[in-house]
Amino acid sequence: MKDVAIVSFAQRQEAQIPDESEVEMMIPLMEKAKGAVGLSQQDMGFTCSGSSDFLAGQAFSFVMTIDGTGPVPPISESHVEQDGAWALYEAWVKLQCEDIDTAFVYSYGKSSPGSLRDVLATQMDPYYVAPLWPDAYAVEGLAARMLLESGKVSEQRLAEIACRSRLNAATNPHAVRNEKKSVEEILAEPYLADPLRPSDIGAIADGGAAMVLATGDRARSLCERPVWIRGIDHRSDAHTLGARDLTSAMSATIAAEKSGVRADRIDLAELAAPFTTSEAVLTEALGLGDSVDVNPSGGALAANTMMAAGLIRFGEIFERIARGDGDRGVAHAASGPCLQQNLVAVLEGE
Amino acid sequence: MGKERTAVIGVGQTKYASTRGDVSMAGLLREAAQRALDSAHKTWSDVDAVVMGKAPDFFEGVMMPEIYLAEALGCVGKPIMRVHTAGSVGGSTACVAASMVQSRVHSTVLTIAWEKQSESNAMWALSLPQPFTTSVNAGAGGYFSPIMRRYMAMSDAPELIGCLVAFKDRQHALKNPYAHLHQHDLTFEQVVESPMLWDPIRYSETCPSSDGACAMVLTDEAGGDAHDGPVAWVAGAAMRSESNSYGGRNMVSPAASEQCADDVFAQAGIHDRRAEIDAVEMYVPFSWYEPMWLESLGFAEKGKGWQLVESGATTLDGGDLPVNCSGGVLSSNAIGASGMIRFAEAALQVMGEAGEHQVDGARTAFGHAYGGGAQYFAMWIVSKDK
Amino acid sequence: MPEEVLQAPLVLEYPFTRTTGPVVGRFLTGLREGVVLGVRRSDGTVMCPPLEYDPADALPLGEMVEVGQSGEVVSWSWGGPRREQQPFDQPVAWALVQLDGADTPMLHAVLVDGPEQMSTGMRVQIEWRDEREGHITDICGFVPENGEAGSQAAAVDLDSVEAVQSVRTPIRLNYSYTPGRALSEYLYAMREKRIIGDRCGDTGQVFVPPRGVSPVAGKATTETVDLPDVGYVESFNITRVPIATRPDLHPPYCSAWIVLDGASVGFMGLVVNCEPESVRLGMRVRAVWKPDDELEISATNILGWEPTGEPDEVIADIERIGRAGTQQTQRGAS
Repeated sequence: MKDVAIVSFAQRQEAQIPDESEVEMMIPLMEKAKGAVGLSQQDMGFTCSGSSDFLAGQAFSFVMTIDGTGPVPPISESHVEQDGAWALYEAWVKLQCEDIDTAFVYSYGKSSPGSLRDVLATQMDPYYVAPLWPDAYAVEGLAARMLLESGKVSEQRLAEIACRSRLNAATNPHAVRNEKKSVEEILAEPYLADPLRPSDIGAIADGGAAMVLATGDRARSLCERPVWIRGIDHRSDAHTLGARDLTSAMSATIAAEKSGVRADRIDLAELAAPFTTSEAVLTEALGLGDSVDVNPSGGALAANTMMAAGLIRFGEIFERIARGDGDRGVAHAASGPCLQQNLVAVLEGE
Repeated sequence: MGKERTAVIGVGQTKYASTRGDVSMAGLLREAAQRALDSAHKTWSDVDAVVMGKAPDFFEGVMMPEIYLAEALGCVGKPIMRVHTAGSVGGSTACVAASMVQSRVHSTVLTIAWEKQSESNAMWALSLPQPFTTSVNAGAGGYFSPIMRRYMAMSDAPELIGCLVAFKDRQHALKNPYAHLHQHDLTFEQVVESPMLWDPIRYSETCPSSDGACAMVLTDEAGGDAHDGPVAWVAGAAMRSESNSYGGRNMVSPAASEQCADDVFAQAGIHDRRAEIDAVEMYVPFSWYEPMWLESLGFAEKGKGWQLVESGATTLDGGDLPVNCSGGVLSSNAIGASGMIRFAEAALQVMGEAGEHQVDGARTAFGHAYGGGAQYFAMWIVSKDK
Repeated sequence: MPEEVLQAPLVLEYPFTRTTGPVVGRFLTGLREGVVLGVRRSDGTVMCPPLEYDPADALPLGEMVEVGQSGEVVSWSWGGPRREQQPFDQPVAWALVQLDGADTPMLHAVLVDGPEQMSTGMRVQIEWRDEREGHITDICGFVPENGEAGSQAAAVDLDSVEAVQSVRTPIRLNYSYTPGRALSEYLYAMREKRIIGDRCGDTGQVFVPPRGVSPVAGKATTETVDLPDVGYVESFNITRVPIATRPDLHPPYCSAWIVLDGASVGFMGLVVNCEPESVRLGMRVRAVWKPDDELEISATNILGWEPTGEPDEVIADIERIGRAGTQQTQRGAS
C-alpha cells in the first residue's frame, strides 16, 4: 500500500449559513485547502466529494457545487451520497491504484433549510418505519435507554461526555455549542427526547470541509508534517434496529480492528458521535482507553454538520498532529440510525 | 506495483419494466444481485464489499437508501459505499468498484446500480420546484434537444438519422429478454411518424422510464483465473467531470467526454478505436446521441458520426461497430442503473454471454455513461484477453 | 447596495407508491385483516416485522408465521411534541415492542399520555385502526395491555383475500430555500428590468445568471456586470409536450439557449412573439418584460425573448448554419 497523508484542511461550521448557496459556502474552503499547499485544481490527480440531496431539498446539489473546484479543463472526479469521510476513502483507494500523487476531497451539508430530525426519518425502512415519521432523536432515544438500562453507561457518564464536549468546544472556533455547563447543570436539563437531554444531542450545524491528500514524498514536499493514514476501513451494521444490539457497534469494532486502532498507543480520537450515547458506545467499540483524548474539538456534539462531520473529524486530528499535539490519532465517521455505518482510520504524524 | 488485474466474473440484471410491481425495492436489487452471484459462482459470504450507485434519492423518496438496503445486500459486518454522479452513476459505480479491486483493498466486490422510478415520477424528481424562477424545460428532453439540434446543424446530417438509431435500438432490444421495450411490430415509418415531443426529437427517439437493477461481481487476477466460467478483464476505466456552463464549452462533444475517452483507450492500449473495439454500449437516451458520441469518443471523424449510423455500421446485423446490441437506454432506462447496464452489457459481449444479441467473436468491448448536463462521464473497456 | 439575501419556503411533497413484493405485502395484508405475521429465520427464530432476507446473512426468507398482538416493551423513548408528519393525533412514546411469539422487536408508537406511563418490560397490545388498508398505520399504535382482545378479526385465510401489492407513503418536507448571494442580487435586479452577470477575475468570462463562482478559475467571481437584454439563440427546441409545473405554457412553444451580448454562457428561455417554426440558430432576440407594475423579485419577469429583426449571429462552429436553418424551417412549414 502507498503511504497517503493529509496535507491540508479547511472547515467552516455555523449554526446556520442562511445567506449562501452551497457553492458559495464551499468556494472559500476549497481555495483555502488548495492554497495552503500551493496547489491548483489542475494539480489534483483525483477529486471526490460527499453531499446529500435530501438535506437542502435540492436534487443534484453536487452538480452546482463542482463548479467551485474549477473543473475546466475536466477533472477526474466522483461523488458519494455519503459523509465526506467516504469521499476521502474513495480518494485513498484511487491513490492506491492510479498513477497519481494528490487528491482533493470535500463535503458539505446545510441542514438548517429543513428540519433534520424529521428529514432523517426518510432514511428508515420505507415500508415499516418511515411512514410513522419517528424523529431522529426519538430513534436514538431507543438505543440510549437500552444502553442506560444495560448498566454499561449512566446518565452521569453521558452528562460528563456532554460537559467535556462543551469544555473542549470553548476553544474551537468552529464549534456552535461551546458554552460551558457543569455535569449537574446538564443533569438538571429537562429531557428533550427522554432519555436524551438537549446536551446529549449534537448541535446541528451548516458547513463543510475541504482537504488535500498526497502520497509519499509529494506529501513531505507539500507540508511540514504530513499526517499519514496508517489504516482505514468502514463497515455496516444491520439497518433494522430490532436485528442488532443497539448497545454496541459491531461495525465500528470491525473497522477499528481492520484499521489498526488497537495496534499501538492512541493519543487522541475524534468521533463523529451525534449523541453522547453514540460517543459512549464508540469509545468501547473502538477500545479507546482512558488515556485517549476523545473529541478534543468538542466533536460532533459541538457541531454536527451532516455529510461533513466525519471528514471534519479527520481534519481535526490532522491539525492537532500536524502542530504536534499528539502523534497518533483515530478519526471516525458514522452514518445511518444508531451508528449503523462506521468508518475508522488511524492517523499518524511523520 | 501496478494495478491489480480485475475481472468481471458475474453479471445480473432484472427485467426492466415501467413498474416492477411484483417486487419491493430490496427485492429488485436482490434479483439482480443474486443473478450476478449465481453467474459468478459466488455466495453472499464470498463478497468483501458492495458499491452501490443510483441517481437522486428523490426518485424513491428514501434518503441514502444504501443504509436501508445494506442488510438486503449482505453488508452486515461489511463495507458498503454509495456513488451518485447523476446519469453517469451506473458507470461511475462500476469504476469505483473496479478501483477497490485494482487497489488490492478488496478481492471480490459486488457492485449494483438501480432505480425504481415507478415509486414517483421522473419529471417530478428531476425538476423539483424552485422559488423565484420557473421551468421552461419539460424534463431532460427539453434540456438536451437543443444540443442535438446544434449537432444536426454542425454536421448537416440528414433529418432521419435519429429515427434510424431509435429503430435500430428497438430492433436490438427484441433480442434482449431483459429490455423494457419489446416493440415487435414497430416499423421505421412509425418511428418517423411518432409525435414530435421536443422538436427535433420524436417520441420514439426518447427513452422509457423503467424500474430495474444491474449488478456485477468483480474480482482480482487470481479470482478471475480461477473462475470456472467466462471472464471479462477490465482493460481500462476512467471518469471525467466538468462544469456544465462555461464560455467556449462544446456541449455537443464536451471536453470531459473526449478526455475520458482518451484516458480509457490509452489504458487499454487501443490505437484504432473503430477497428479494435468489437462492441459498443453507449449511453444514448435520445437517438441523436449515438452519432454525437461516436464522434466524441473517436469512433468517427467530427461531423461524420451520422454516416456510420446511415451505413448500418452500428447495427448488430452486419455492422462492423455494433452499438447498443442490448437495445440501449432507448429500450430500458432505469436511470441510476442505465450506466452500469452499458458496462455490464459490454462485459457480457466479451464473455460471450450476450445470448441472442451477442456480437460474434467479440473480444474487446466499450461501456459508456454520461450524466448531468452532459458533464459527467464514466467509461470502461473490457476484454476477453487478460 | 447589497440587499438581504432572498429566502422562500420550499415544500417537497410526493405521494410515493411503493410496491411491496411478497413478504412485505403479506405482512401488510395481514395487518389489513387484523393479523400480525413474522417470518422464520434459518435459526428457527421469528422476525417481526418480516423481511424477505435474513439481515444476518442476506439469505432469502419466506415462511410466514403468525405472532401475537401483545408483547413487551424492549426499549422506549418519549418523542416530545408531535411532529408535523406523524400519523398520530397526540405526542407518542416510541418503542421497540417484541410481540409474543417473535424474537425481534418492532418499532412503533405507544399511545400514552406521557413518559411516566412508560417503562421497559411493560406489556402492550396493538390498537387497531377501524378502517384498515394494508399499511403500517393500520396499527394506530400500542396501548398498555388491558386484557381486552385487541383484534376483532376472526381467523382469516390470507390466501383467499386480495393481497396487498403496493402502499402509499407520502412525503412532505418543508424547507427554507435560498438562492444564495449572487443569484439574489440577480433576482433583485430583475425587479428593475436589469440583467446582471458576474465576471471571472482571472479569465474575464461573464456568467449569467451569476452563481458567485467561476468554474473556469475555481474561484469566487469578483465583479458584477450589467448585461443588455439582447442576444441570440444559441440553439433551441420546439416543445410539444406540456410541463406539469407550467400550465400557462401552451405547446408548441420554443425553448432556447439564449446568449446575451457580452455573456460567455447561455441560459434557457422561451422564444415568443413569433412562430416557433421560424426560430433559427443565431436568431437575434430581445427580452420581453412583464409590465412595469407587475415586476417582482423573480426571474419570471422576463416573459420570453422576441426576435429583434437584426441579421442572425454567425455561430462559428456551424458552417452550414444557413442550410440547416432552412431545412428546419421548411420541414416545420410543410
